[in-house]
Amino acid sequence: MERSQMYRQLANVRKALFDQGFLDEQFVQLEELQDDANPNFVEEIVTLFYRDSIRLIQNIELALEKSPLDFTKLDSCMHQFKGSTTSIGAKKVKNECTQFREYCKAGNGEGCKRTYQQLKKEYAVLKKKLEAYFQLARQIGPVDGACRPK
Amino acid sequence: MNFGVQGAKSMSMPSSSASWKSGDGVSDHFPVGLRVLLVDDDPTCLMILEKMLRNCLYEVTKCNRAEIALSLLRENKNGFDIVISDVHMPDMDGFKLLEHVGLEMDLPVIMMSADDSKSVVMNGVTHGACDYLIKPVRIEALRNIWQHVVRKRKHEWKDLEQSGSIEDGDRQQKPSEDADFSSSANEGSWRNSKRRKDEEDQAEERDDSSTLKKPRVVWSVELHQQFVVAVNQLGIDKAVPKKILELMNVPGLTRENVASHLQKYRLYLRRLSGVSQHPGGLNNSFVGPPETPFGSISSLNGLDLQALAATGQLPAQSLATLEAAALGRSTTKSGISMPFMDQRNLFSFENPKLRFRDDQQPQLGNNNKQMNLLHGIPTNMEPKQLANLHQSAQSSFRGMNMQPNSNHHGNQSSSLLVQMSQPPSRPQMFNDTNSNHFSMIPSSIAQPTLPSGMGSGVLARNGIVENARGAIYNSASQASTMVDFSINQNTDLPGNGFLLANNAGGQMATVASKGLLQEEVTSEMKGSRGLAPSYDIFSELHQHKSQDWGLPNVGLTFDASQHSNMRGGLDVPPSVLVQQNNVQNRITPFGKAIFSAAEESGRGNGPNIGQQLDTLLAGNSLRVKAESLPEASCQNTLFHEQYNQEDLMSALLKQQEGVGPVTNEFGFDGYALDNLPV
Repeated sequence: MERSQMYRQLANVRKALFDQGFLDEQFVQLEELQDDANPNFVEEIVTLFYRDSIRLIQNIELALEKSPLDFTKLDSCMHQFKGSTTSIGAKKVKNECTQFREYCKAGNGEGCKRTYQQLKKEYAVLKKKLEAYFQLARQIGPVDGACRPK
Repeated sequence: MNFGVQGAKSMSMPSSSASWKSGDGVSDHFPVGLRVLLVDDDPTCLMILEKMLRNCLYEVTKCNRAEIALSLLRENKNGFDIVISDVHMPDMDGFKLLEHVGLEMDLPVIMMSADDSKSVVMNGVTHGACDYLIKPVRIEALRNIWQHVVRKRKHEWKDLEQSGSIEDGDRQQKPSEDADFSSSANEGSWRNSKRRKDEEDQAEERDDSSTLKKPRVVWSVELHQQFVVAVNQLGIDKAVPKKILELMNVPGLTRENVASHLQKYRLYLRRLSGVSQHPGGLNNSFVGPPETPFGSISSLNGLDLQALAATGQLPAQSLATLEAAALGRSTTKSGISMPFMDQRNLFSFENPKLRFRDDQQPQLGNNNKQMNLLHGIPTNMEPKQLANLHQSAQSSFRGMNMQPNSNHHGNQSSSLLVQMSQPPSRPQMFNDTNSNHFSMIPSSIAQPTLPSGMGSGVLARNGIVENARGAIYNSASQASTMVDFSINQNTDLPGNGFLLANNAGGQMATVASKGLLQEEVTSEMKGSRGLAPSYDIFSELHQHKSQDWGLPNVGLTFDASQHSNMRGGLDVPPSVLVQQNNVQNRITPFGKAIFSAAEESGRGNGPNIGQQLDTLLAGNSLRVKAESLPEASCQNTLFHEQYNQEDLMSALLKQQEGVGPVTNEFGFDGYALDNLPV
């Protein structure tokens, strides 16, 4: 009973993440890749993402501190970061990336900085949510850590 | 992931053209085991894609740097069937990698990026990517990457079969018609088609300027030289495969390999002697003009070269170099072998190429620049010009592999080969990568009775086609499969195209050789081929369409910076060629299949072989065709940019097939990926 409750809870958490726009279809793709051979695939990927994206974020931050702003470089850094976020299905973060790149193209430094702050926020929020999600999934046990939509 | 087995199984049957086609005659396992090389600097994406590909039952090798990817590819020429690479990478631009791969390995390359802007995608197209995926990539998109391979092979096969129909007249134009080379046992038509294809290829090559010629591996310059030495020792009339084999004493080389090579060589010699002078008008436009009458140029030059070669005026090396240059392959390896055809090409290419090459293709890297083996741009060079060129080429190339196997390290450029105008770089390039010394072939090809002009063209075409296919397969499998006569025992490999041709009975031989020749021609252009087939093709090309043949490559080379670089990957149809060095003993399933098919067909199934080759080649040719000659006169040349070497072939093939260029472009076939260490 507890377990089934946990399952339900997990499913709800998951659903909320999607409904609230934190995650998109790509996340589902990751879930579908998870199998017996890689039972924690999704978590591994997300972990890898957060670990690797630190340096990408730092690059952006450094570039934002320069004056004058090098929009080409900013755009390029952001492009890299965006690629990563897209691959894990981090929807809100990705949207911020897109917005950031728009500002870059327009040469809008202020817009870039503002967006960047927003992006960092979304990035952090998602991280927390996913951590909680995976923790719950792990509690349930190795089998079916995540509910996959069928 | 299972792989390898299926290919062999299915291939062993000489089913008509089906053998390589997906589904037809191919084991159910295909595309299981497709060997994919995945390149992406983003570890997250890399991991995800790897998992997706594994789920598709492909063999995946991943790396996060383009340099690593290139070295993996070089070490394992036939170790991969397809490459998937990100566009934006810190150490090397994805398009540059595309170019390198195209030039050196002639593998299909799929580009990926989160950037879906039209310009970037267009860049991918022009560089010869067989497909472009927008990130985030879904597994469904990856599941189907094999279709490109199959399609290409299929086209090649088909082309081979149809090739006989091309008329002489077509040669001049850029034939968009269906691959002439389809099989027709009709020498004349075969030649025509081949020639036409060559022209197309040349044109395409030129246009594309993506000098990527991928050596198809197969008869390396050294190997060919050994072969020629053995033949000369025995006396051309008395040279029988068995004795040649004994004299050569190359482990892993089979009598059949030698037999088919000998056949080509004979065709080549015959062609040389029958080479007629074509009015040159070539002004090598290789700089660009796709339309220039390829035929005339090439024929002229080719003839000169051949004549020179024949007379021994040109040092073997020169010939080889020239050939390589012409072919775009890294030649330089076997001086002698560059049978005349190559020389012609080289010749022509060299001149113009030199000019271009220097400035262009910076990205290719040293090697590339050096290679400047003009593919086939025939120029009316006088013998001494040729010699001069040669010399200058030689001197300019540092790495030129004038000596067999001398420069393998520099390979990257080799693949570019011909296209690059700089002769020096080209030969080098080719050699490096595969150590396939394509140049060796020319002399032998002359032998066949094909009428000098047309016949060879046709033959060449077919040869190319076949080779291309073979090459494709081989390239796909990259290092492993290529038949490495010298090294491996597994003759199954790549040389298939070639072998097939050779082994095939008389009838098939024609076709096969045609196919092979075509490949060779193409590969010569590209520089990667190396098997006899190319001889014919080469000469054919030169004679008739030589200019196209050469030109396309040239064009490609020049654009090294552009997309065409990548094309190189496909260019060389020489799948069939035996790769001298790198064969890792891994025979890709396809390679094996081809080989077996070839062998079986060789036993007398002429048509089958053709078909098989066709299939094989189709895959390659498809690719090539699609990408390469955008402007080539050959309308349908679908050259994939990657297939520089195959461009010719594909051009040829395309001609025959009348395939629209674009459609196949993105059809890189995913080849099984051997277990390459990442």
